[in-house]
Amino acid sequence: MIYSLCLLLILVGLYGVAVSRNTLKIVIGLLIMEHGVHLLLILIGYRTAGSPPIMDPGTTATDFSGSAVDPLPQALVLTSIVIGLGVLALMAALCVRLYERYGTFDIRAMTRLRG
Amino acid sequence: MAFLLPLLARGRPVVSDCLANGTLAGLTIMAFATIGVESLYHMGAWPTPIGIDLRLDPLASLMLIAVNVVGLAAGIYSIDYMRRYTDKHRYYCLFLLLVAGMNGVILAGDLFNLYVLMEIAAVASYALVAFGCERDELEASFKYSVLGTLASSFILIGVALVYGMAGTLNMAHIASRVSESGMGPSLHIAMALFLCGFGLKAALVPFHAWLPDAHPSAPAPVSAMLSGVLIKAIGIYVLARLIYNVFGAGEGVLEVLRWLAVISMVAGGLLATGQTDMKRLFAYSSISQVGYIVLGLGLGTTLGVVGALYHLVNHSVFKSLLFLNAGTVEYATGSRNLEQLGGLNRLIPVTGATSLVASMSIAGIPPFNGFWSKLIIIVACVQGGSYGFAAVAVVMSVVTLAYQLKVQRHAFFAAQPPASVAVHEEPRLMATAMVALAIGCMALSMLVLAGLSSPFLVGPAARTLVAGVFAS
Repeated sequence: MIYSLCLLLILVGLYGVAVSRNTLKIVIGLLIMEHGVHLLLILIGYRTAGSPPIMDPGTTATDFSGSAVDPLPQALVLTSIVIGLGVLALMAALCVRLYERYGTFDIRAMTRLRG
Repeated sequence: MAFLLPLLARGRPVVSDCLANGTLAGLTIMAFATIGVESLYHMGAWPTPIGIDLRLDPLASLMLIAVNVVGLAAGIYSIDYMRRYTDKHRYYCLFLLLVAGMNGVILAGDLFNLYVLMEIAAVASYALVAFGCERDELEASFKYSVLGTLASSFILIGVALVYGMAGTLNMAHIASRVSESGMGPSLHIAMALFLCGFGLKAALVPFHAWLPDAHPSAPAPVSAMLSGVLIKAIGIYVLARLIYNVFGAGEGVLEVLRWLAVISMVAGGLLATGQTDMKRLFAYSSISQVGYIVLGLGLGTTLGVVGALYHLVNHSVFKSLLFLNAGTVEYATGSRNLEQLGGLNRLIPVTGATSLVASMSIAGIPPFNGFWSKLIIIVACVQGGSYGFAAVAVVMSVVTLAYQLKVQRHAFFAAQPPASVAVHEEPRLMATAMVALAIGCMALSMLVLAGLSSPFLVGPAARTLVAGVFAS
């Protein structure tokens, strides 16, 4: 059930990228899609009624791996959030520069490269 | 080194030139030193299931040599070419990040590490395409980064599905899990997502739309890197690894690859003939040649894979040479428009000679390297029974010759047009880089001396792929 919500989020982002005419909205659509993918990654590591993957001094390794949520996808998502941040910075800078050159954020004005 | 450059070389371009090219030269020497070495390096000395591995096998050595040699040539070329742009130290910083990312993708033994390094290379390339900050470059970079980020998201969904099924991200372990439990529906979806994502990075036809805009707009050495090695290192190489070594080359996937390849060959070649912008023509030509490479990979036989890998290396060299030539033409005359150029053979003779070598190589004229690799791919098609694909490959080879001759005729051999723009001399370092790549073209044709079905470096590399799923 919750996986389909995740897929919905990805599709919303994809819709935003495909339909938007404003460059900033395209960037936001990409971000929403990335959030959806990160959510999917974390959900794959989820265990029903699992505990956070922080090991207390008392528990043994076997108990811990039997009850905790999988920490590896969480590490992957952290890395991916940072990558997304880098791409966002770059694309936002591109949007600003495009505005300086074209005077608008509308992508229908930026059709010089064709054929 | 990439991060030190902006600090050390802020006002003095010479320092950044020396440091960057020194690093690239060092990397090239190390790449050649990997021939014949096979190893598995555990990062941080953590044992395999827990730690991240770097895996070096003959396929990786072949790709490393291709990436680093082209990187060095493009780096030497940029010493003179990038004088027209500001912020040369930042350019070198991004360039070194690009080379670092590609080297990392080639060596990665772990699926997520591969994703991270691929993103490093991709983000560096988005920034490099926009380097000139004119309208065309910004528009091209925006399109490229939106499509590239979409592709990366698809790849990440694929990685998530694979992790959910296999419980590990190490490629050797995934391979053993897949061979135990077979390819369930989630892995088929993951494979389809990888095909979409990496297919976009490799510019296969339904996903090629960013390439004809991005490659012409980038500065010439960056175009050489993008078209020559980036689409191969993070596109074709990763697809080949995943399909052959991790998932096992199922017939369905190979069939899809063959059809996509043939469509790319035809579409790229035909669209190239109508172009008047030199670099845009070469960009469409890249799409077409990538079609050849993926056709060879999609055949599944050893000979097909040999042809594909040999064509991959050949294409890296001669396509980057063609882009560097286009850059010199632009540097010398200020224009890339074929209808306005002419008579350049007398004025910039080194460029003319090297572009003739590259054009004959890419069109598949006998003693040059392109001929051997295309021959191997066509023979492999015929052996595999796909006579139709072989016929298409031959026809598109003739079309390749046609558009290359168009470039040669308009730019180099025609008489100088009456209202010709002032022509500068070609600087010596740019000429050196181009001559080095041209010598590389001719040297690569020597690789077949070890036998048509198993050229020197390419044979072991192909055997690594065809050997199938990784033994862990």
